[in-house]
Amino acid sequence: MKEEYSEQSTISGSEALIRSLLAEEVETIFGYPGGAIMPVFDALYDHRDEIKHILVRHEQAAIHAAQGYARVSRKTGVALVTSGPGATNVITGVTDAMMDSTPLVVISGQVASGLLGSDAFQEADVIGLTMPVTKWAYQIRRVEDIPWAVSRAFYIAASGRPGPVVLDIAKDAQLNRHPFSYKKTDFLRSYDPFPDVEEDDIRAAAALIRSAKKPLALVGQGVILANAEEELKAFLEKADIPFGSTILGLSAIASSHPLNCGMLGMHGNLSPNIKTNECDVLIAIGMRFDDRVTGNLNTYARQAKIIHFDIDEAELNKNVKATVKVLGNAKQTLPMVTGLLEKQSHAEWIEEFKPYEQKEFECVIKEEIHPGAGPIKMGEVVHKVTEATGNKAVCATDVGQNQMMGTRYFKFTQTRSMITSGGLGTMGFGLPAGIGAKVGAPGRTVCIFVGDGGLQMTMQEFGTIMEYDIDVKIILLNNNFLGMVRQWQELFFDERYSETRMKNPDFIKIADAYGIKGRKVIDREELDGAIEEMLAHKGAYLLEVVVETKGMVYPMIPAGGCVSDILLGNGHSLY
Amino acid sequence: MEDKTLYTITIFSENTVGVLNQIATIFTRRQLNIETLSVSPSAIKGIHKFTITSYADSDETMKKLVKQIDKRVDILKAYFNTNEDLVHQEIALYKIETAKLLATSQVEKLVRKHNAHILDVNEHSTVIQKTGHYKDTQALFDELAESIGVLQFIRSGRVAITKSKVERLSDMLAKREAKGENEQISRLVN
Repeated sequence: MKEEYSEQSTISGSEALIRSLLAEEVETIFGYPGGAIMPVFDALYDHRDEIKHILVRHEQAAIHAAQGYARVSRKTGVALVTSGPGATNVITGVTDAMMDSTPLVVISGQVASGLLGSDAFQEADVIGLTMPVTKWAYQIRRVEDIPWAVSRAFYIAASGRPGPVVLDIAKDAQLNRHPFSYKKTDFLRSYDPFPDVEEDDIRAAAALIRSAKKPLALVGQGVILANAEEELKAFLEKADIPFGSTILGLSAIASSHPLNCGMLGMHGNLSPNIKTNECDVLIAIGMRFDDRVTGNLNTYARQAKIIHFDIDEAELNKNVKATVKVLGNAKQTLPMVTGLLEKQSHAEWIEEFKPYEQKEFECVIKEEIHPGAGPIKMGEVVHKVTEATGNKAVCATDVGQNQMMGTRYFKFTQTRSMITSGGLGTMGFGLPAGIGAKVGAPGRTVCIFVGDGGLQMTMQEFGTIMEYDIDVKIILLNNNFLGMVRQWQELFFDERYSETRMKNPDFIKIADAYGIKGRKVIDREELDGAIEEMLAHKGAYLLEVVVETKGMVYPMIPAGGCVSDILLGNGHSLY
Repeated sequence: MEDKTLYTITIFSENTVGVLNQIATIFTRRQLNIETLSVSPSAIKGIHKFTITSYADSDETMKKLVKQIDKRVDILKAYFNTNEDLVHQEIALYKIETAKLLATSQVEKLVRKHNAHILDVNEHSTVIQKTGHYKDTQALFDELAESIGVLQFIRSGRVAITKSKVERLSDMLAKREAKGENEQISRLVN
């Protein structure tokens, strides 16, 4: 039986959606309007003082900006797009957020429910398309389901291992009217984001750590997502365990911390990579043994007993078999283990890392950040920028050499400072994600490192920067090449540079057209001054640095290789 | 296929649109073929049960698959078993020509031998039903096909029940609901 309500007691589905978002304390939305989502944009107009909408120039940028926003702010990012192409344009970012566990709620318009399945104008099977790359995807066909579905969406996106949720709302559900009431979700019987911690696992982990002579910890983003940075620090310090970070775990603990040995993986630092295959107990915390971290699994940490802390049971024993699995939230599990430990010291073992740090400095880092003569190097630029910001800035990167240089040479004093596409490796991510990061952390300096390839994938976002006066510092490392692919061509494809050289536009003129101040630097002598000018400038700034054409990122463990395959470049070898 | 084991995967889910799609995607990503599939409402209202069979090379593969299925928000529980742990059945229907049934006593012998039943007879065709394991239903098919020919044949997906004591879904749900209440209370207290 259809219930009847008076006009006064009912509101439109669009209004219900906005009120639901307000109930979830949403302050900022990144989006782009279109036919099937127009009622929501119309309702948004009434609430423009309460919710700030940022109109991007392409839906892909809306989702990447929402990702950057979520990653710096601990909040759930929200993107609002229309049906069909609006929705399909966000799929790359949704996949990226799924891989990198970023809490997002994506709201897409959909054709009216009566037209569903009829190949209507701008109809796409958004649920079918996004299901494999979302934590949850739901189509709302009835107005009365809106508050319920939004409430679930926010609960699912942010709890447990976070991830993206897509809500696809039929146009008639946006227009129809229904009374509004909102209840926050805090329980779903089919979904348990708070797994019970097994005391036995905690005891087993503590016993193994106590017995370790050569422990090494691998820190992933799980620590940051759990807001467990302090708990991690207390654990590592008490047990005196050196650690390496995954690309997404960077900034969880200050770069200068004495136990911090740098980054893991293909282009990571020598010492944690080499010591992974020498440690006796390997303690992985909130990381998932991605192939870019492990290389060949058959030669990865075979000598070590492995303790794996993760909130996602499907990650335990997925890539690497753990001796002890600790399922749970790191904020809860780490202190439980720490509580069972006495103060330990591994001074001798930690000393063993030093020669590798020295070696990497001599063979790779010194030349990269203090080249002295010749063309400017990418690492040199990153190093100078991080120094100039006092290592306090947020670093957003695109993907490729700029990303590896950013993650290798940018230094951190504060958590949630590294915004990069780790799992999916999405070119075009850097600029919009940096924009989102600035919106999410307006008080912080945001430095975006991009290459000439990736910048041109989302360069239209100069428009968003202009319109909202978003103060991001864009550092373009321009080598007129798709540098990372070129690097692989040089190393593995006989220097056959197939389709990697680019004829580029005058980027400074383009920035100028958008009212973005810019400067192009070719000579090393100008670099310090230009960085200073960029950081002192109020507002967005494009610093284009013409870098060495054939720069290389070293060290490098070739894909599927192991630590003994590490390339150091410049004629150096490991042993 | 010789070195692979046939596993039976049991999944309980909320009855929401697209659950099968979510499950199928995970099989696809792991490059596992679904051999048989059977879906029905479970004894508990609003909860559906999937019984899927699939060949895989090891328990390890199955563990990873099941955990990835279990992880989906709409899935209540997923687990796997091998044949030894299960009582399982499939049902098969065979359509044959009635004239051939009447012409000889062969069909009667086969029906008796295979413990099958005749479900429907009309002047054109007769439908025989047989339940059993795959090899049993296949054996009847082979013999019928060889002797008088089969007009149509259809076999269901597997249905299965575990022999061992496993946690009943209703108990698991009760535990979840209790935990949910505790969580809500502890959040109120904090």
